[in-house]
Amino acid sequence: MGKDSDLCCDQLIRRFDHMTAVDQVSLDVPAGTFFSILGPSGCGKTTLLRLLAGFDRPDSGDIFIRGQRMNDVAPNRRPVNMVFQHLALFPTMTVGENIAYGLRRQKVPAAERRKRIAEVLEQVGLPGMSDRNPQQLSGGQRQRVALARCLVLRPTLLLLDEPLGALDLKLREQMKVELKHLQKSFGTTFVYITHDQSEAMVMSDQVAVMRNGRFDQVAPPEELYRHPATPFVAGFVGDNNRLSGEVTRVSGDTVELTLAGGAQVSGLAVSPGLTPGQQADLFIRPEALQLQPTVTGERLSRLTAGVVTTLFDGANSRVELEVAGQTLFARLPQDGSWTSLAGGHPIQLSWAPALARVFAGATP
Amino acid sequence: MRASANRLALWLLMAPFLLWILLLVLLPHLDMLRVSFQVRESWDSLAWGLTQYQNFFEESYYWRTFVRTGVMSLFTTALTLLIAFPIAWYIARLASGRAKGLLFLACLVPFWASELVRTYGWMILLRESGLFSTTLQALGLVDGPVEMLYNDVAVIIGLVYNGLLFMLVPLVTTLDGLDENLVEAGYDLGGGHWTVLREVVIPWAMPGIVSGCIVVFMLTLGSYLTPILMGGKDSAWFTEQIFTQFITRFNWEQGAALGVLLLLLSSLIVWAGLRVTGQSLRKVMG
Amino acid sequence: MIRSVPRSRWFDRLYLLYLVAFFLYLALPLLVTAVFAFNDAPFPSLPWKGFTLDWYLADGSAGRTGLFHDDGLLSALWVSVQVAFWVTLVSVSLGCLNAVLFERLEFRGKELLYLVMLLPLVIPGVILGVSILVFYSGMANTVSMRWQLELDLFRPGLPLVVMGQVAFITTLSTLVIAARLRKFDRQLEEAALNLGATPVVAWFTVTLPWLRPAIAGAAAMAFLMSFENFNTTVMLTGSDTPLTVALFNRLREGSTPVLNAVALLLMVGSAALAVLATGRSSKTA
Repeated sequence: MGKDSDLCCDQLIRRFDHMTAVDQVSLDVPAGTFFSILGPSGCGKTTLLRLLAGFDRPDSGDIFIRGQRMNDVAPNRRPVNMVFQHLALFPTMTVGENIAYGLRRQKVPAAERRKRIAEVLEQVGLPGMSDRNPQQLSGGQRQRVALARCLVLRPTLLLLDEPLGALDLKLREQMKVELKHLQKSFGTTFVYITHDQSEAMVMSDQVAVMRNGRFDQVAPPEELYRHPATPFVAGFVGDNNRLSGEVTRVSGDTVELTLAGGAQVSGLAVSPGLTPGQQADLFIRPEALQLQPTVTGERLSRLTAGVVTTLFDGANSRVELEVAGQTLFARLPQDGSWTSLAGGHPIQLSWAPALARVFAGATP
Repeated sequence: MRASANRLALWLLMAPFLLWILLLVLLPHLDMLRVSFQVRESWDSLAWGLTQYQNFFEESYYWRTFVRTGVMSLFTTALTLLIAFPIAWYIARLASGRAKGLLFLACLVPFWASELVRTYGWMILLRESGLFSTTLQALGLVDGPVEMLYNDVAVIIGLVYNGLLFMLVPLVTTLDGLDENLVEAGYDLGGGHWTVLREVVIPWAMPGIVSGCIVVFMLTLGSYLTPILMGGKDSAWFTEQIFTQFITRFNWEQGAALGVLLLLLSSLIVWAGLRVTGQSLRKVMG
Repeated sequence: MIRSVPRSRWFDRLYLLYLVAFFLYLALPLLVTAVFAFNDAPFPSLPWKGFTLDWYLADGSAGRTGLFHDDGLLSALWVSVQVAFWVTLVSVSLGCLNAVLFERLEFRGKELLYLVMLLPLVIPGVILGVSILVFYSGMANTVSMRWQLELDLFRPGLPLVVMGQVAFITTLSTLVIAARLRKFDRQLEEAALNLGATPVVAWFTVTLPWLRPAIAGAAAMAFLMSFENFNTTVMLTGSDTPLTVALFNRLREGSTPVLNAVALLLMVGSAALAVLATGRSSKTA
């Protein structure tokens, strides 16, 4: 654990009656990082956050914040603040009183309190809103008040529990960018949990993908996208196609699979020790599939698929394809040349094997 | 350490609850049950026995009043439901905005006055020298004063009046939560007024109906002022007999037995009502 | 039946007629009571003899004693206020504790105890009064007989009246406060802890302000219920009679417009209290 890390967890375990919600999680978050924990609902990310905030205690393992062991520190004494999922703004208080709440607990004198409240409201873009009631504010404004209420205390660590979930799509896109800017300008370490991979990708410096209480992979967003370490990460982060088949040839780090219909496809081996005869899954991104057969001498993997239908969605338009009972999606080129693919029509796909990733197929 | 702190909190909160429920509700009722089985042999000796209950069954005056009270309470409850339902429907579904609030408030107003005041109001209206009698005479419809008080109809008018609010509030609350789309779907799928009422509205309002009926029935069965002040010489109410045994005759053993019987009757009918309608006490009251 | 479904015209008219009749039925007894409090005649009945304030103000010199000079009624009023004060204090405090017990804590047998908590709602008021009389006065009798000790506290009288009313009003105040507590978002308390408050401070700065409207509502309700209660009270009252019992005794002797005067005063007083409580709670809700 590095000296400069704001948060360090070592082998955290939290068990409930029938399941282990957090299972041997270790993590290390350097100061000033925007760290996201991404996972489907029920993966244990909320439990992990509650362990960090002190609302729950680990069965084993240690939590260090700036090198201080936090396991036995009460939630109200930790240098950690949290933006709750439903924000938890006190309905009986004004915006100013909400922000003053933590300052009062720290016995900050009234004059300085007023100054700091005005300052932080300015910083989150809500100057002069101090006397409003939280109920009178819009969703985005309430969000900012919740942030201001924490940031005014200058915490070492700010925890955010899916705070954007309640907002509508447009506002969410806007708040993503804004949160990232706020984090940079305050320089506070953020630990952000979400089930929305786009939120995690856009904002984070580091993303941990969590499943069944464990971290599958911890990496910067781009690495997560380009080099997923597990089939779960490959399927969960960004759109992906999965083709299941049997390994028929291994040469170096390239693997060839034979699909149920007899077609042969190849990609980069990620799981170690793939041998012929083994079941395996090949993951290939929709944008990596080329619809025009490239004539040049590159060694491409080729596959013939039947068109099911085209799905027009502006820049994200796709074509739905079917090969040997498996469904594939391919990105349509932006020039509009492919908009009228007829259903049932066969089409030739090709990709560079280095862009496809093959994992040992335990899952049928 | 945390576990023991939680236990301490539990006991600190449990203690006042237990004190209240044991000392003011459970123990007194058990004691009443005990006393009802005691027979006074002389001024200072008691024996166990069923004499008081025998008295009840042998003395036709007791059980007749008992049956009469039960039947009239049931009748009053049903009548209150019938009268209140259209009003609750209007307030919950047809009135809009301000009118809704005002009408509901208008229903609440009489119940900020005590039962005694309400009964007194009815006495002024109904008695021989009362407003109705005088008006009828002035209009020339009758020749002499008419006595409208001191009969069963008067008692029921008063009892329904007392129960209305306790029927209206749960009805308005449940009907208010009814999604109008359900009613529209009922019509859309080919139902008439009656079908929609029976198949959609009443099942939805059932918790409110049961809750209102239980409260009104309990209030009516246990009421004392209205039957005694508005009823005639031969329209006795069972609570009156309990009162007489305790306060006038000082026969606590008999009074306790009558109290136990009234409690049994009310529990039985409430239980039967919940069973028949498939509701639970927690759902309709809590 | 609903606004979007067409109704026939005669049905609408009939419905309207019914509504009018209903509200007339509701208002008539109270209006009559109120009006006759000002009739210048010795009996609360027609004909109207002119307006007077005698039934409030007369000092007995002209054969009439108004409410404000009627010592019997005034002292009964004072007794009622005292009883209602204690009942409100005890039942609302118990209601708060019970609400926390049932909404916040988990323990074995919670469901059963909750049902037991609801019991006083399905026990007729007379029976509640009788059982408390039997238990406590019986106990006082036994103690007096065996040990020659006088437990006057347990003889019919104001302490017993307070106990009898607390028995069922506590259930009502518990339900009112628990309903509000159920709507409380527990994350608010966690947020307070997270911002540096201790659990006790969080309770007083966040949870209690949230409950305040319900507590005010429960207190107003408890006060009114206690003030107006007759059935339980009449069984337990001793020499100091609360107002409803005193009025009942007067009424049996014959009615005078003084009773109307008291009734009007009660109506106005309780309506004012109710409006105050509902107005406050709706403003902060």
